[in-house]
Amino acid sequence: MSRSDDGNRRDDDDQRDPDFGQDENRARADVETGGGREPLPAVPAEAQSGEVEPQQDRGRSILKEIFQGGSLVSILAIVLSLVLGGLLIAITNERVADAASYFFARPTDTLVAAWEAASNSYVALFQGAIFNPRASDFQGMIFPFTETLAVATPLILAGLGVALAFRAGLFNIGAQGQIIIGATMAAWVGFTLDLPWGVHLLLVMLAGIIGGGLWAGIAGLLKARTGAHEVILTIMLNYIAIHLLQFLLTTESFQRPGASNPISPQLDQTAMYPRLFGDAFRLHWGFIVAIGATVLVWWLLHRSTIGFEFRAVGANPYASKTAGISVAKGYTLVMIIAGALAGLAGVAQVSGTEGVLTDGVAASFGFDAITVALLGRSKPWGTFFAGLLFGAFRAGGVTMQTLTGTPIDIVLVVQSMIVLFIAAPPLVRAIFRIHEDGDGRKDKRRRKSERQTVKAGGAA
Amino acid sequence: MSAPVTSPQGQAPELDTVRDWKNPIIYAIFAVVGLVGFAFNAPGTTATFDISAGRDAVQLAPVVVPTVPVGWACALILIAIAVFSFLQTQAGRKDPRWMPIAYAIVFVVGFLVWVVGGANKTDVSLVGLLAGSVTMAVPLIFGSLSGVLSERVGVINIAIEGQLLAGAFAAAVAASISGNVYVGMLAAAIAGVLVSVVLAVFSIKYLVNQIIVGVVLNVLVSGLTGFLFSTVLSRDSATWNSPPSLPVIQIPVLEHIPILGGILFRQTIVGYLMYAAVIITYIGLFHTKWGLRVRSVGEHPKAADTLGIKVNFTRAHNVMLGGAVAGLGGSFFTLVSVSQFTKDMTAGQGYIALAAMIFGRWNPIWAFFAALLFGFATNLRFVLSILGTPVPGEFLAMLPYVVTIVAVAGLVGRSRPPAANGTPYIKG
Repeated sequence: MSRSDDGNRRDDDDQRDPDFGQDENRARADVETGGGREPLPAVPAEAQSGEVEPQQDRGRSILKEIFQGGSLVSILAIVLSLVLGGLLIAITNERVADAASYFFARPTDTLVAAWEAASNSYVALFQGAIFNPRASDFQGMIFPFTETLAVATPLILAGLGVALAFRAGLFNIGAQGQIIIGATMAAWVGFTLDLPWGVHLLLVMLAGIIGGGLWAGIAGLLKARTGAHEVILTIMLNYIAIHLLQFLLTTESFQRPGASNPISPQLDQTAMYPRLFGDAFRLHWGFIVAIGATVLVWWLLHRSTIGFEFRAVGANPYASKTAGISVAKGYTLVMIIAGALAGLAGVAQVSGTEGVLTDGVAASFGFDAITVALLGRSKPWGTFFAGLLFGAFRAGGVTMQTLTGTPIDIVLVVQSMIVLFIAAPPLVRAIFRIHEDGDGRKDKRRRKSERQTVKAGGAA
Repeated sequence: MSAPVTSPQGQAPELDTVRDWKNPIIYAIFAVVGLVGFAFNAPGTTATFDISAGRDAVQLAPVVVPTVPVGWACALILIAIAVFSFLQTQAGRKDPRWMPIAYAIVFVVGFLVWVVGGANKTDVSLVGLLAGSVTMAVPLIFGSLSGVLSERVGVINIAIEGQLLAGAFAAAVAASISGNVYVGMLAAAIAGVLVSVVLAVFSIKYLVNQIIVGVVLNVLVSGLTGFLFSTVLSRDSATWNSPPSLPVIQIPVLEHIPILGGILFRQTIVGYLMYAAVIITYIGLFHTKWGLRVRSVGEHPKAADTLGIKVNFTRAHNVMLGGAVAGLGGSFFTLVSVSQFTKDMTAGQGYIALAAMIFGRWNPIWAFFAALLFGFATNLRFVLSILGTPVPGEFLAMLPYVVTIVAVAGLVGRSRPPAANGTPYIKG
């Protein structure tokens, strides 16, 4: 078994020192073979986590390109997704369907109806997300934008958590559970303790941080200690978290006295984030916390030793290990910090916008956070702006649904298409027939394959 | 694995004697749970398990179990296994492979007797419980097979959830329009393939991170089906969203086998296809030329390419095949369990299927059993909530997920994905 195994390994990784990783391999050889009984693989189990393979240098440069592609592609991807979303709105519109029944008699009717269906929806989306020119006063006009920022706050915070773990090579699907546990602990501190102004809010935030960090820490620790797969761990922890919350909301210490439905008491006023621009707007200080967290994550990743270690572990765990970086510590710590950020997102929910704890407290922010982090290319400021964009979609989507009847689900469609297109720049370039400008660093083979993909993509 | 490891720095013989205390610890913890719960806190009543359904030809008397002795027996066996595992580990030997399974079975028996004995109504139909578990597990099994097919060629398939949901949606719409359930099933398979095509194109052709594509595809399918449900389907649900149900087919002789007949042989055609799919996938993957090629692509694509196997072609094919399987499984939701499509009706089952696949170590047969376990846990929750047990329903609902974590972190050992899983292959 080990003979063929070693052969494979040497074959593959000319990059690596042949001696290095030997004990790693031996340790793995102790693992029971699954039902299949094939020789042990050259690549360790961690390959599943989607991180860059150390021996795949070409793969890495492609990934690099994906994550650092031009902003033009990003903008085009957004435009393309909006156009496709508009088409979907138009096709499913009732008036369009009516007009299409006599399409060959008067085709313009269909086209006009389609245009109106799509453009009305998007105008409503814009009005709900950025600026409402129909409002009577200035306050009403900018209200949508503050709403966008309020909705974006938990998205940014949880997205930062996902992005940070991603940089360390971990796929944190568990932001949902981390938000839930963070929110639960924060809310408990918020409605149970009776503390003066300031101290109370700080404790609430701390409780959220601890709750989220603890929940993610479980996954990080198990990953580090037992090698269990973090995607499975975090998915399972999500389910456990929601059931735990549902249970807690039936207990005396969490359920609102006299209430029959699972809802907690209102948080104390001292536990709430103060509103940023007065009571007319829902925007709260949690947004400032989100900005602070973005700066902090940026500093952590790019200016601190521990952040360097995270990135090193994410880029190549083996090399990190040789360099004396503890991979296990990195995995555990990065998950704790990621969970703490998601916990703050939970605080933003209970102390910022909701004011109570229900089992829907996390909405789908934890899952949206994944797309936010992906759109932001796992960079702090990228995640910040991706969070703003998705916050705008979400806030505007509500207005769109009430004004035009276009279901808010279209937002999900557009969001996911944006991420897909941004992840595949060659496809976007092919659709818009943009040729990549010459880049001296690219070798011939790379360019050739790029040309091929462009050609094929254009045909499709 | 007893060969000493020699490193350049010198000998490291202690590597041989490194003992892993994980398993004894896990066994011990649950043995204590069993001792405190099943033995000391036994309800002192009897638990009745009906093992014959009303329509069985051979009627067997229900099994009546006294909770106290059985509780003690189970607890003692659990302790014995924990001690045995402790001694084995101390001696540097590995636990035999049957041990976790035996342990789990004893634990489940102890738990069942305890929880049924403590319920308001201490009488439960074992056949109903198990038959329900198989039914619950059907979409999970299809989903995990899709995962196996796709990950065995090295493409991570997080999009199982999306494939199931697309299948459920397409089955509902197609069966409603045509009035024919089989058209619905065909449409479900096609919808699953369509989701897979996107997965294949983005991950194989455009080399996008496969987990990203999978996660995003789930969101995309959820959004698309939700949007169409809110616009088209709810506007005229008589035309678009009232599919006929699949009939339950009873296999003439086999269904009268006591206990097993009612569990295995009163299924819809989707249920029988599930058995076939598991067996065909298993034989195909491990006993045919095709399977050898598929696995070689997933383990070492470069070697496979050298031998003339078209790596990316094989990958694309298998991912689409997986999509068809998962899509078919999705038809279960709208043609068998509920005869109507609702928003996000798969409710995370795709992720459970993914867990079942990893739990089952990328092997169709083991994935099948893992999915059955999840089905059992889900069904147990429903059955027990009817009985009225002392355990809050939320904790029962958590059970499968806790079990998965324990299993993934401990008992099953490090589950090992195909070597090239998640790595795009670039020829050259």
